[in-house]
Amino acid sequence: MKISFKINGVQRSVDVDGDAPLLWIIRDELDLKGTKFGCGKAACGACTIHVDNMAVRSCAYPVKMTEGKVITTIEGLGGVDALHPVQQAWKEEVVPQCGYCQPGFIMATAAMLDKIPNPTDEDIDNNIINVCRCATYYRMRKAIHRAAAIQSNTNVR
Amino acid sequence: MFGGVWLGCNPIRRTIFEKAEKATGPFVGSTSPLLWLQITPENEILLHSAKVEMGQGTFTGLAQLVAEELEVTIDKIKVIHAETKSENLDGFATGGSTSIASLWTPLREMAATMREMMRAKAAEKLGVNTSTLKLTDRVFSGGGKTMTFGQAVSGVEDWDIPDAPQLKPKSEFKIIGKGIPRVDLHDKVVGTPIFGIDASFPDMLYASVLRSRLIDAEMKNFDFTESEKMPGVVQIVQENGFIGVVARTQYEADAARKKIKFDYVTNDTWNLDKIRDNIKVGNGKKTIFQKIGDAVEDVDGDGEEMIMEFRSPIGAHAQMEPNGAVAHFRDGKVDIKISTQVPKVTRDEVAKALGIDKENVNIIPTFLGGGFGRRLHTPNAIQAAIMSRAVGKPVKSFFDRKQEFQNDTFRPPTHHIMKAKISEAGDLIGLEHQLASGDTLFNYTLVPKIINPILRADIGSIRGGSIMYDGIPHHRATYYHVDLPFATSFWRSLGLMANSFAIESFLDEIALKTEQSPIDLRLDNLSQEDPHKVRIRNVIKMCAEKAGYTDKVVNGRAMGFAASIDAGSPCAQVAEVSIVDNRIKVHKVTVAFDCGVAVNPDQVRAQVEGCICMGISAALYEKMDLRDNRLYPVNYGAYEMALMRDSPNEIDVHLIEGIDVAGPVGEPPLGPIAPAIGNAIRRLTGKRLTDLPMQLS
Repeated sequence: MKISFKINGVQRSVDVDGDAPLLWIIRDELDLKGTKFGCGKAACGACTIHVDNMAVRSCAYPVKMTEGKVITTIEGLGGVDALHPVQQAWKEEVVPQCGYCQPGFIMATAAMLDKIPNPTDEDIDNNIINVCRCATYYRMRKAIHRAAAIQSNTNVR
Repeated sequence: MFGGVWLGCNPIRRTIFEKAEKATGPFVGSTSPLLWLQITPENEILLHSAKVEMGQGTFTGLAQLVAEELEVTIDKIKVIHAETKSENLDGFATGGSTSIASLWTPLREMAATMREMMRAKAAEKLGVNTSTLKLTDRVFSGGGKTMTFGQAVSGVEDWDIPDAPQLKPKSEFKIIGKGIPRVDLHDKVVGTPIFGIDASFPDMLYASVLRSRLIDAEMKNFDFTESEKMPGVVQIVQENGFIGVVARTQYEADAARKKIKFDYVTNDTWNLDKIRDNIKVGNGKKTIFQKIGDAVEDVDGDGEEMIMEFRSPIGAHAQMEPNGAVAHFRDGKVDIKISTQVPKVTRDEVAKALGIDKENVNIIPTFLGGGFGRRLHTPNAIQAAIMSRAVGKPVKSFFDRKQEFQNDTFRPPTHHIMKAKISEAGDLIGLEHQLASGDTLFNYTLVPKIINPILRADIGSIRGGSIMYDGIPHHRATYYHVDLPFATSFWRSLGLMANSFAIESFLDEIALKTEQSPIDLRLDNLSQEDPHKVRIRNVIKMCAEKAGYTDKVVNGRAMGFAASIDAGSPCAQVAEVSIVDNRIKVHKVTVAFDCGVAVNPDQVRAQVEGCICMGISAALYEKMDLRDNRLYPVNYGAYEMALMRDSPNEIDVHLIEGIDVAGPVGEPPLGPIAPAIGNAIRRLTGKRLTDLPMQLS
């Protein structure tokens, strides 16, 4: 079936099996490889993207549900020269190790900060439930607080 | 004719075991600067790394070693994986915490040699004396003339490689020892496609390989009727003992593979209880791998004997990027892009399976979405290559997550019996560790088969299993080799975590029994003369002091202490633990770690933090189950792991430079964390948790 959506600011349409997971369309049809496959069952969060500003685990999200919607992936979160505050904070805290799960965490964090601009540790524990096998959680928590600070400074200006 | 015990007591063998515990082997691979370092005409420096980047920060550390001798900042160096066709091959693996340690001298020598080779060429081209040329940021200058690295190497075809010059002394280091941000940091926060699963070749097809859901079973009576009719299917390949469905997309390949009908024929029936019965001290072949004085039951004199049992479960790697490969076979040659910890082994295995020369296989290593030992096994490269040859197009073939969990090369389950003899005066005079484990490195391709009967003990399984407390008059460690009906192998730190859990938990019990501080008990039994032991003493003292260690429970929090030494790097940790809503919560971990020179202290800390959080995960949650030959769970969530909520709010790392060289980093800190948590729980609840994962009933 034919499905149209806006992804990273660009209007696109694809002609695919509507039940195919959005993840594979993003990665293999649209060649945006920053979003990762982890589990295929929405259990790990490596494939987290935004659909209409909500964090979505795209490996278990049928592409047909995206008709007319706005999708953002890690490639469209900041920009070529402008990092999103979450990405900036991630760099300042030197979070990534293997790096594979990091786009999913960054997307999940950006979506959380939209709703909870100054999260407590408990907010973080409850909302950021992706899996990182290098277990970079300790630095991620610091980076999330830092991202909130960067974001609130930017907003004040 | 010769009993196992006689062979097991072989002192030469034990010397080998001791060496394996203390030192990192040398780098076994090319040390030609021309294979590792490339200078482009545009004056760029490319570092072709025979070691792979799997998160451990090796690319950054190696760049720092090179930058130091080339007199540049690391942003001037681009680190890339060496393709096997370059002949820059690592004869070992990226693993065992050896990369920086083994290349500490060779890589600096290569960079220094390259620098002097370029200086000589520049002098020749400029017509000046070599000694007059000064070097600043990739430019030689002297006698009013200048020449860049790029100009110096331009057009040079034959190089004379001189002996390595004198290396810079530590006092002059500008780059080594600095916590410079990782070289791959930017790519990893913007989602650059650098991983094996991101790789492609033009006009590529996708494949899904059928893998057994059951252990000790054969798949038979295949019916492909339905599978062949599925949309997008190009070909079903049956070769080399595997079946793979090649299709236009990954989604279609997976869907069609699931439609293959077949029967399982199991040999024996297996459940977890049966595995636990097998993995038992006393079963299998026995080897004594440490023997000082007598066995505990033979120690003379009055006193009291203590005995305790410990267990660890089957552990999964659960690395985030699934295994897979992208292969392009054409004209009798194959290119393979893959996340592998052993590019040379992968190459050799593919060549053998395809019946082609090694030179016709090019492994192009990608960044690894986690390694942890899982990617020392890469038969998936063979499968992708065979399918590409069969369909005449590039083929990408990846595991799905269920296949990952059911076809892992697991951390072997273990069983430990600890025995101690306490004299009437309350001194610890005998300590014994008996261990039963599945294989870790036995039967691994890098280990010559001939070595198994010589060693008899699996060096991987016994890692961290010796008693490091040399002051105890009688101490022993014994290993029982047990065969299992599924693959077990390398999991970050190998036997270290389980062995440390048994030994360091038991020491804590001895400290409680003899009413002494767990710190004093350890220090009293460590030599003050042997430099190797002094390093262990120093991390123990530093850690206890920085943590303000106390036996008392304060505000519902208790401290637990543990220490270990692995591959020559000692580590001590204090975990501060409380129980919140019947859950174990680790609030703070204080660490003292001596890895020698920390080439990048920030990344050493990152490895320590990662080991602690991964260790918390294994200590509190992770375990595979087995029912009717089926290993499960088969996905994240069901396979419980530590998440953000389990991360300590404070990890306070203190680095000690006890030796003048860079030592192993990536695994040793996994030793103390599980027993440190267990020891804290013991002080909180009065109860000793003896099984991993530790669970409050």
